[in-house]
Amino acid sequence: MPYNETVANLGLEEYKYHFITKDKPLFKAQKGLSEEVVRQISAHKEEPEWMLNFRLKALRIFQSKPMPTWGGDLSKLDLDDIYYYIRPQDRMKRSWDEVPESIKETFERLGIPEAERKILAGVGAQYESEMVYHSLKKEWEEQGVIFESIEDGLRKYPDLFREYFATVVPPHDNKFAALNSAVWSGGSFVYIPKGVKVDVPLQAYFRVNAEQMGQFERTLIIADEGSQAHYIEGCTAPVYTTDSFHSGVIEIIVKPGARFRYTTIQNWPHNMYNLVTQRALVHEGGHMEWLDGNLGSKLTMKYPSCYLVGEGAHGEILSIAYAGSGQHQDTGGKVVHVAPHTTSRIISKSISRGTGRASYRGLCKVYEGARNAKSNVQCDALLLHDTSRTDTFPYIEIEESTANVGHEASVSKIGEEQLFYLMSRGLSEEEATAMVVRGFIEPVARELPLEYAVELNRLIELEMEGSVG
Amino acid sequence: MSEPILRIVNLHAVVAEDQLEILKGVDLELPKGEVHAIMGPNGSGKSTLAKVLAGHPAYEVTDGEVWFKGENLLELEADERARAGLFLAFQYPVDIPGVSIANFLRTALQARSDGEVDIFEFQEKLLERMQLLEVDPSFAERSVNDGFSGGEKKRNEILQMAMLEPDLAVLDETDSGLDIDALKVVANGVNRLHEERPDMTVLLITHYQRLLNYIKPDKVHVMAGGRIVRSGGPELAEELEARGYEEFKEVAGAA
Repeated sequence: MPYNETVANLGLEEYKYHFITKDKPLFKAQKGLSEEVVRQISAHKEEPEWMLNFRLKALRIFQSKPMPTWGGDLSKLDLDDIYYYIRPQDRMKRSWDEVPESIKETFERLGIPEAERKILAGVGAQYESEMVYHSLKKEWEEQGVIFESIEDGLRKYPDLFREYFATVVPPHDNKFAALNSAVWSGGSFVYIPKGVKVDVPLQAYFRVNAEQMGQFERTLIIADEGSQAHYIEGCTAPVYTTDSFHSGVIEIIVKPGARFRYTTIQNWPHNMYNLVTQRALVHEGGHMEWLDGNLGSKLTMKYPSCYLVGEGAHGEILSIAYAGSGQHQDTGGKVVHVAPHTTSRIISKSISRGTGRASYRGLCKVYEGARNAKSNVQCDALLLHDTSRTDTFPYIEIEESTANVGHEASVSKIGEEQLFYLMSRGLSEEEATAMVVRGFIEPVARELPLEYAVELNRLIELEMEGSVG
Repeated sequence: MSEPILRIVNLHAVVAEDQLEILKGVDLELPKGEVHAIMGPNGSGKSTLAKVLAGHPAYEVTDGEVWFKGENLLELEADERARAGLFLAFQYPVDIPGVSIANFLRTALQARSDGEVDIFEFQEKLLERMQLLEVDPSFAERSVNDGFSGGEKKRNEILQMAMLEPDLAVLDETDSGLDIDALKVVANGVNRLHEERPDMTVLLITHYQRLLNYIKPDKVHVMAGGRIVRSGGPELAEELEARGYEEFKEVAGAA
């Protein structure tokens, strides 16, 4: 047999080809969005036909929808000046030396371990404590828990994936959900089997072989009947990325009797537009909690929502937003009561410093037939300076006379008296300000895992430095 | 007489916002370790004096000097004054929601110490101080002044004083809003702290004489019209109780 044929029979060509597609760009990233770009993304990910068609359909929806005119100012967001897909390998090429000193210093002062810093800065590939991860992973596998990148989820569990994907946030939901549906890349796929309780939080940065946090991340989570789990995305350290646009979609299905908590804390670069759709569908007796911390960015528009579609379902949205100078945090929550005896709670805490602006935007909707629905909304704003701004846009739509809906809002300005009181005990003005802020967010922060709460407190201290005078 | 720990010379101060003059030439010396009381009618400037000493930003000093432990107090920021050993027990303590008393006190102690405050020693001391002031141990976990009764707020002020161990404690109307039992507890606490640390100087600011039944001052000063108009021994307080402040109002008016 000629040598060439033998080699061919070994199937190495195929392997080689595969190898090449993984490591050398078949296309050059280009700015702007077109059908061509969407096709390239899908081809590059070797997706099934249905996903390509889904993406293309979503692209058409995106193109047909006008830019939203409510919320924050999107007039300076140039959607043609964005790379819609950057392969993970290209992202990895950044070196530690390129990471700005200010970011490195913040890592240092937050006490972030060396190995994690590199991941956070996008120059490392995976979480250092792989051993920890592996033992956890083994435990999860034994329980039947699926915790994969979204790409692997689609590849390995095509039926499960297809059954739920885009059922909670369909592409036509809003312009940016459509955009994400067309170009999504990166994110998690999680399935918790019936009755399984996962004690250790599933942390996104534990996920090996994951693409770095993408601009258009897509996460799909299914908590099956009676299961319990906690998923954590992000951390308080500043995310270092050169992207100026982040538009994610998070979908969660909470089956009857399941309890799920999704915690995300993100600290984006100050030039970033961050537009995220997070939604959970909560079935009978299910319990969903969103714990959401938004720091940084130029503009964040994010309203985690719970659709309470099964009797007795409960939804909770606890959020902290911090708007520094030049930033606008337009955040809040959405609870939609569809079934009887559903309950919900929103607690939103925002802090505006300098010329920062924090807006609370919330919707509480009770459909006819959602008898005895109960909802309580509390939004508190703290202003640090005279130039700081806050607004509240609570929308309440009730079609059911038995509904019990409460809304409380407060705005406070950090008082001269409070600062003087603390300073008269020896705290510097910065320490005093940080203490008032910490106390203000405490009702939400206490729900965070300890290490996150500690980091958040340290971060606030750093943010307060030089904030006065 | 020992070296004064605090020396106030011809102190003038105005409300920053409208430049209204409140202190119109206060002169006062506090020898180390003594307990002095400043009494006076409402609006005489007593509380303003307390706040000016602590460095409240709502007031501006327009003239005069204040020397604390040989240092020019007026050059220090409020937090520096505290770290130098000055303590003000507030007449109206403010709420700090979400910050526990324990956390607050530990941060305050940390701010004035070079090393780490030992958590166990701190807890032990806090517990002991709370017993002294007859408050429940759960008190330490409550948010600072948040939802406190008037009496609890005042006890909290004295608890802070007990923990921070100042060289000079200025108690601004600590007796106001206290019933007689609470007043006794607070006064007893102050007396105990003074016994423990005889070098601590105490300046009591009060409208009424009744506090002085429980905390015996070495000296009593009468303030009226933004100045100290008379000084004397403890008997002066009794005289005031009997005769009221009328004559001092006239003195102040004439000044």
